[in-house]
This record gives sequence, structure tokens and C-alpha cells, in this order.
Amino acid sequence: MSLLTVDGLSVRFDTDDGPVHAVDRLSFSLAEREVLGVVGESGCGKSVSFMALLRLLPETAVVSGRAEFDGVDLLTIPSSRLRRVRGRQIAFVFQEPMTSLNPAFKVGRQIGEVLTRHLGLSRGEAERRTVELLDLVRIPAPDRRAREYPHQLSGGMRQRVMIAMALACAPKILIADEPTTALDVTIQAGILDLMRDIRERLGTAIVLITHNLGVVADVADRVIVMYAGRKAEEAPVGDLFAEPQHPYTNGLLGAVPRPSVEGPRARLREIPGRVPSLAELPGACAFAPRCPRADERSRSQVPELREVRPNHLVACFHPGPDLAQTG
Amino acid sequence: MNDGQPTLDVVDLVKHFPVRGLGARGVVHAVDGVSFSIAPGELLGLVGESGSGKSTVANCVIRLLEPTSGTVTLRGRDITHLSRRELRPLRRDMHMVFQDPYSSLDPRMTSGQIVGEPLYVQGLMRGTELDRAVEALFDRVGLRSELRSRYPHELSGGQRQRVGLARALSVSPKLLIADEPVSALDVSVQASILNLLGDLQQEFGFSCLFITHDLATVEYLCDRVAVMYLGKIVELAPTRELFASPTHPYTQALLSAAVVPDPVIQRARTRIVLEGDIPSPLDPPTGCRFRTRCPLEPQSAPLSHEREPALVEVGPGHHVACHLASRSGFTPALVDTAELGA
Repeated sequence: MSLLTVDGLSVRFDTDDGPVHAVDRLSFSLAEREVLGVVGESGCGKSVSFMALLRLLPETAVVSGRAEFDGVDLLTIPSSRLRRVRGRQIAFVFQEPMTSLNPAFKVGRQIGEVLTRHLGLSRGEAERRTVELLDLVRIPAPDRRAREYPHQLSGGMRQRVMIAMALACAPKILIADEPTTALDVTIQAGILDLMRDIRERLGTAIVLITHNLGVVADVADRVIVMYAGRKAEEAPVGDLFAEPQHPYTNGLLGAVPRPSVEGPRARLREIPGRVPSLAELPGACAFAPRCPRADERSRSQVPELREVRPNHLVACFHPGPDLAQTG
Repeated sequence: MNDGQPTLDVVDLVKHFPVRGLGARGVVHAVDGVSFSIAPGELLGLVGESGSGKSTVANCVIRLLEPTSGTVTLRGRDITHLSRRELRPLRRDMHMVFQDPYSSLDPRMTSGQIVGEPLYVQGLMRGTELDRAVEALFDRVGLRSELRSRYPHELSGGQRQRVGLARALSVSPKLLIADEPVSALDVSVQASILNLLGDLQQEFGFSCLFITHDLATVEYLCDRVAVMYLGKIVELAPTRELFASPTHPYTQALLSAAVVPDPVIQRARTRIVLEGDIPSPLDPPTGCRFRTRCPLEPQSAPLSHEREPALVEVGPGHHVACHLASRSGFTPALVDTAELGA
């Protein structure tokens, strides 16, 4: 049932100023055909976690934990084996399609390379399949587009090419890191539709890493909220938005301007203070310094995750929706 | 100075950039005939996607660029073609806050010097008087006064944007131009900057041209909204009116595409996904610029190919540039507008 099971993933960077704990004991699982949203602000460890799973981080990163996929532990298998998983069974789509494509080669050739290398297709077969893939991601006139260079495509089109490339080997998991952040809203809508479509038609499980709660509300089945390298909350999407438990999740939801009813403008919720430095991982709740519910216990003990309702986990000593929701 | 005079009046603003080399030759039609005005104390939101020309409008207004044609009038004075020297005293009346707080502050100045610089340059204050003013400004934007001696790189993104705001407000401008001031910030920090901007506006009463791609921010903050597409304003209306009854097909598409942080509402919405991409401003379509992507093009053709729709008033203060909207009794409704406002 579970496609990927991550247990106690930690990532540490040893710097001149001491260790930086980018990810701290993160555990989660991903089911087949599931869209998992991973939300958090800059520096919360959302991207680093998934880079670590596929061992894409520089050697200075100290990674520990287990990541079970298809009967093997991704973190310990030899890199020759990992290479058969990476790109083929688990594919990555990055935020910036401009810098992820090679400007010197036509896009068709770049997709074709994946097919010849991973699947051993002949050049002719690869060309045919490339056009099919471009059609799959709904690029108009795919045979013409395959012969163009990245700079000839718009931002939205480039992101579609990246997704086509990621889908080339029919991966079981697609990890999309902020796939719509660099795009305009009308283009973003098309890419999100495409994600939904991929899951429906190909049955691919998708991890959607984003800072945008609206994007998560739109496509995710389940959501993980991360803060300062730790999982703060995890819940089915409906529960998370209807009854957010962690004060940080509550704060994030209140901070987004949203269409208001009649009446004077309500103030947006602010979260006082700032994200803590990951170097000073305290033996306390990382959110305590900014939290209205913090007490002695939150400042001296790390709250462990616990299940407050079925499948709804929260790492807080005082969970629950805010009583006075503004906005 | 009479009271009915707008703080800013922009008439038929045009900015073209000639391009040469790299095989391309021609003119980028960045802004092509944009008119609007901002009343004292009013916040006007200018919304558009990349390439719509919204930042070029801002740069022409603050005169970082000289318009190709048209006029920009600041409190009754035509500033369209003033020289740098002539503009200098007017820098007291308008100030700008930029998108990227990392690159818009001088890295070699302390944040205190950055905030005090406009007062110093304008010759308004010196010495301890200036120090006190800077301290008061820091306090007003919610920065601890000991941060005055810090350099920009020692501050967080949100703190830097507060420094930018304090600097802009130091000379009590009549017009503040804010170009995507919160886009580079995290959600929780965005909220505090938007709140601060709202508070400061109430307190100082300045007019504001607020440029953004984010509709939710505009709805939260602005009194009126202008929507731009490919160098033109396609719709201009009071905020509530625009969100309650968006009339231009592009505005409707834009509103329907914005994601709402609520899965129940979001998943029930009808979305208009526009075909294709924004055309090149080097060679904009003839007639209506939106016709190449407009879902209602079959109904507006052939007129939309031949003639450019004028911005006409369809309701009190509600202007739309669409052939279909100006036809009497016809509303180019693509989606149920009640659903968009939900």
C-alpha cells in the first residue's frame, strides 16, 4: 500500500559555525496515487528533505534515517542501484525551468536522452515517444516544439517540458519542488490541472513541495506542514484547513489575505518574530519563541508528534484551532 | 492647491523600447496608451502578469524612465519631461518601494543612513535632529532602534522591507509607489508588511500606486484596481465592484485562476484556463490585444481583429475595454461571478 516510507530522516550540515540541523527526524509515508503537499516557509527543510532522499545533496550533508522504496533503503543502496531508481522510478521537477534545461540543446533531444539512457530506446523510437510525451503534457504542435530550443519556449511551456521529461520513464513518484512558483497565475492553473491529470491517467504519486497554501488546497490529498526542519502537523487536506491544530498552521492560514465579506478591512494575522536559526536547535519547541500558546513546557521540551484525530498528527503541547480566527 | 486635484494624473502614457541586434529589430510596446488618476489618500492597485507593462508604468511615473509620449502630472505639475535636476525637489513628493529588498538597499550604508538619506539629500535635516527623526521612523515601522547601525545584509527580508518603507516615508511623500513590495517575502512576513502599509497609509494619508500580480493582496489593500494586459488597461473599477462583477474576459480568467487557501471552495470553483501564452510585445495582435487568447473571440470577431476596444464606462466608475462589454445589454460572462467572489 505504502509506496515510500521515510523513517527518522535527519540532515545535518557541519559548518564553520557549528552544525546546522536542516531536517530533524522526519517520518512520513506516501501511498500509491497520492498527492502529498509539503508546506513551509523558506528554510523549513522541505526541499532539503527530498533532495536527501535521492542523495542529491553535497557530501558535506550528513544524512541519517531510512527511506524504504520498493524493498530497498534509498539511503544505503549502492549509487549504481540508486541511479536506476532516480529519474526512472522517482523523478524530480524543479522550480526554475529556465536553469534546469540545457540552453544549447533542442528540447526534444533532452527528453530523448532520458529515453535512450534509461529505457534503451533507439533514436527513432525515442523521437516518437518524445512527441507523445509533449502531447501528454498538452503542448500544442508537439512535433514542432520538440525541434525548438528552451529559449524559444515560454516559462509555462518550459515547465511542461520538464514535467514531460520527468514522466519519460513512467515513474511511480513525481517530486515537484515549487513547480508553479515562477509562473503567472493563469499559467499556474494549467500546470495544476496537468498534475491532477497525471495522477488520474497515469496513477503517479506526487509530492508537491510549496509555500503556497492555495496550491495545496487545490490539489493535495494530504498535507505536511514543516517548521524549522521538523514536521509540525500532518493531516488530510480537508481536516488541515477546517481544523488546523498547530499554532503555526493557524498563523499561516490567518496570514493569507483572502476575499472578504462586506465590512471594513480586517487585519491580517501576523506571526511575530522570525524563523529560528537552525544552528541553535534548542531542546524545546522550535516555534515557542513566536507562539501565543507557549508555556514553560514548550520552552524546555520538544513536543513529539501525536495523533489528535485519525490521521491527524501534530507536534504541539497545546493543539487546536484558534478560537479567535481573524480574516 | 485646490482639493479636487488628483495626486497623480496619467494620460495616454506610452513607453516603447527600440530593439536592435540579435536578428531582431523593432519596437517593444511595453506600455501603449495608459490613463488613470489617483486621488489624495487613494490606493490604486495595478495588476497584471509578467510582461503586462505594470512595472514600466511605475518607472515612468517615478521618472526612472522618460515616457515616449503622454503626460504624467504630479499634483498639477507636468513632470513628463523634466530633467534630473528639475525633478530633484519633486523627489520629496513621491517615493518608491521596490520588490527586492536585497538589491534595492545600498550594502555599504547602515540602515540608519539609508533611512535618513532622503532627508539629508533634500537638505531638510542635519545632525541630532536627523538622528531623532530616523529613530522615530524606525519606531514607526516597527524596527528596534539599535538596528540603525546594522548593514542590510545583517537584516532579514522583512526587516529590509521595513527599512525601505521607512526611507520612502521619511520625507512624507504625497505619493508612494510600491512595486511588488511583498512578493519576495514569506507568507507570515508578507502579512506584517501589508498590515504596516495599511496602517501607515491611514496615518500619513499618502496616495499609493500598488503594483502586484497577486489579486488577493489588491483586494485586501486597495480602493480601486486597474488590470493590465500587454501594455493596456483592460479594466478599471472600484475594488469591490471589480471582484463582484469582473467584466473583461481576461479579468474573469485571472480571478478564476487565483488559488484560494480553502480546499472546499477551491475545488468547487470553475476555472477558465487560457490557451497559449501572452503574445510578444514586439508584435502585439491587431485590434483587441486579448483576442488571441480570448474564449469569446468567436463572438467578438471580426470587430476584435479590426478595431481596438476603447476603455468605456459600463457602470459607476467601472471601465472596461472589450467590444462585447460595450455592446448594450451583453455581459461577457464566462463563469458565475458570484462564485468568484466566494
